Amino acid sequence: MKIQLDFWAVLAEWPILLLGVGWTLALTIAAVLVGTSLGIACAWVRALGFGNAQAPTWLKALVGGYVEAIRNTPFIIQLFFIFFGLPAIGVKLSAESASFLAMTINLGAYATEIIRAGLEATPKGQMEAAASLALNRWQTFTRVVLPPALKKIWPSMVGQSIIVMLGSSVCGQISIQELSYAADLIQSRNFRSFEAFIIIGVIYLMLSVSLRFALNWVGAKFIFGGRVA
Amino acid sequence: MNFKKRAFCFSLAASALLISSVVHAQDALDDILKRKVIKVAVQTDSAPYGYVGTDLKPIGLDVEMANYIGKKLGVGVELVVVVSSSRIPALQTKKADLVIATLGKNPEREKVIDFTSAYSPFFQAVFGPKNIQVKSFGDLAGKTVGVTRGAMEDQELAKVAPSSTDTKRFEDFNATIAAFVAGQVQFIALGASVAANMMAKNPTVSSEFKLLLKDSPNFIGVAKGEDKLRLKVNEIIAGGRASGDLDALCRKWLNRPLGDLPL
Repeated sequence: MKIQLDFWAVLAEWPILLLGVGWTLALTIAAVLVGTSLGIACAWVRALGFGNAQAPTWLKALVGGYVEAIRNTPFIIQLFFIFFGLPAIGVKLSAESASFLAMTINLGAYATEIIRAGLEATPKGQMEAAASLALNRWQTFTRVVLPPALKKIWPSMVGQSIIVMLGSSVCGQISIQELSYAADLIQSRNFRSFEAFIIIGVIYLMLSVSLRFALNWVGAKFIFGGRVA
Repeated sequence: MNFKKRAFCFSLAASALLISSVVHAQDALDDILKRKVIKVAVQTDSAPYGYVGTDLKPIGLDVEMANYIGKKLGVGVELVVVVSSSRIPALQTKKADLVIATLGKNPEREKVIDFTSAYSPFFQAVFGPKNIQVKSFGDLAGKTVGVTRGAMEDQELAKVAPSSTDTKRFEDFNATIAAFVAGQVQFIALGASVAANMMAKNPTVSSEFKLLLKDSPNFIGVAKGEDKLRLKVNEIIAGGRASGDLDALCRKWLNRPLGDLPL
């Protein structure tokens, strides 16, 4: 078999690749921000309820159903359901909104379980100490329980965020111009599929490593840094 | 395996990958006759040319054409299912000996693969809802058009559509059609018979023919430089045209005569 690699044919299309990197990053950042927040809220419901009181049963069931439904179905099915399925009941989302929504609810479900593990690892004594200092439920959660919980599970959260970024590669299927779409488009024009996929493979690798560093830095600097030893 | 042998094998594999192996020149036809099987790439998302029948096996004009060629060569047929954008890579990577999948001929493609004579008629067009007036490609400005990535329509549309047209590209015809039927795109660029099938299956979706993109008959793709195989298939096609077999095939699946096709 005759293979002559011509990487320049692919790199010459750099505007498409750059746009792809832009979309992949934009979708990932938005999904990580909203998805993590969603995960914290759902983990609160599942693990602690409201302070010492338990969350209402219907709310727990709702969150439980959401987590199970998302964690037990493939991402691409969720994406197609939102993009191709929801218009049937009158909810028409653009490809961009549909991708963002799918990535967010997907990360949200996984984040719920990851963060719940961190919350449940909080020693009871810490909450009792908070109560004895007359902190209210909100203060106890945001200042005593959450920061050390996030610190414990941060590596898993970073890993899950990277999985979601890599998962965004299927959003090209509904015409989002992200990185995999860029590679598919380039190889459908010049038939340099091997080179195109090698190049975006390297780009994904660099993006993942950078995202890991960035999230580790953000975590230590803003989320749990300084508050816990 | 000792180190020397391993190193030898490695360098052999590396050289096979990077340089080119000398043995491989025009031996596809001999290979096919030797293994008694021809591997043909077909699509299953472009009825009535290639789609999945009720028994979940690929059927259609292209599939029958594959079987016809297999019969004439006296070998079995192994179908390799591809999508629009993987048709040419299937030839380049030797996953298939022939591509019979509504493949149109254009200069970009001729650089990387070779084509036989045409075997069936085809044209691509833009379709859209009845309530939006479209007289020329200029009228597509600011509109969304769904198209299958890597299909002929993709390249043709890029040439003629105004720059403000929002072209949404999907992976295969089924996804493109799903996007149009769901209302995610306003217009759709498709092969005509695929579109006819789409309309027949979705009578509630308002759609009609708008603009002709390209009259482009279907050719069979062969790997670059496989002249022996290409000429043999040309011979079979010429025979099929003369005997009326191809015309019958065309009438059966497309309800129209074969007409004049380029060689």
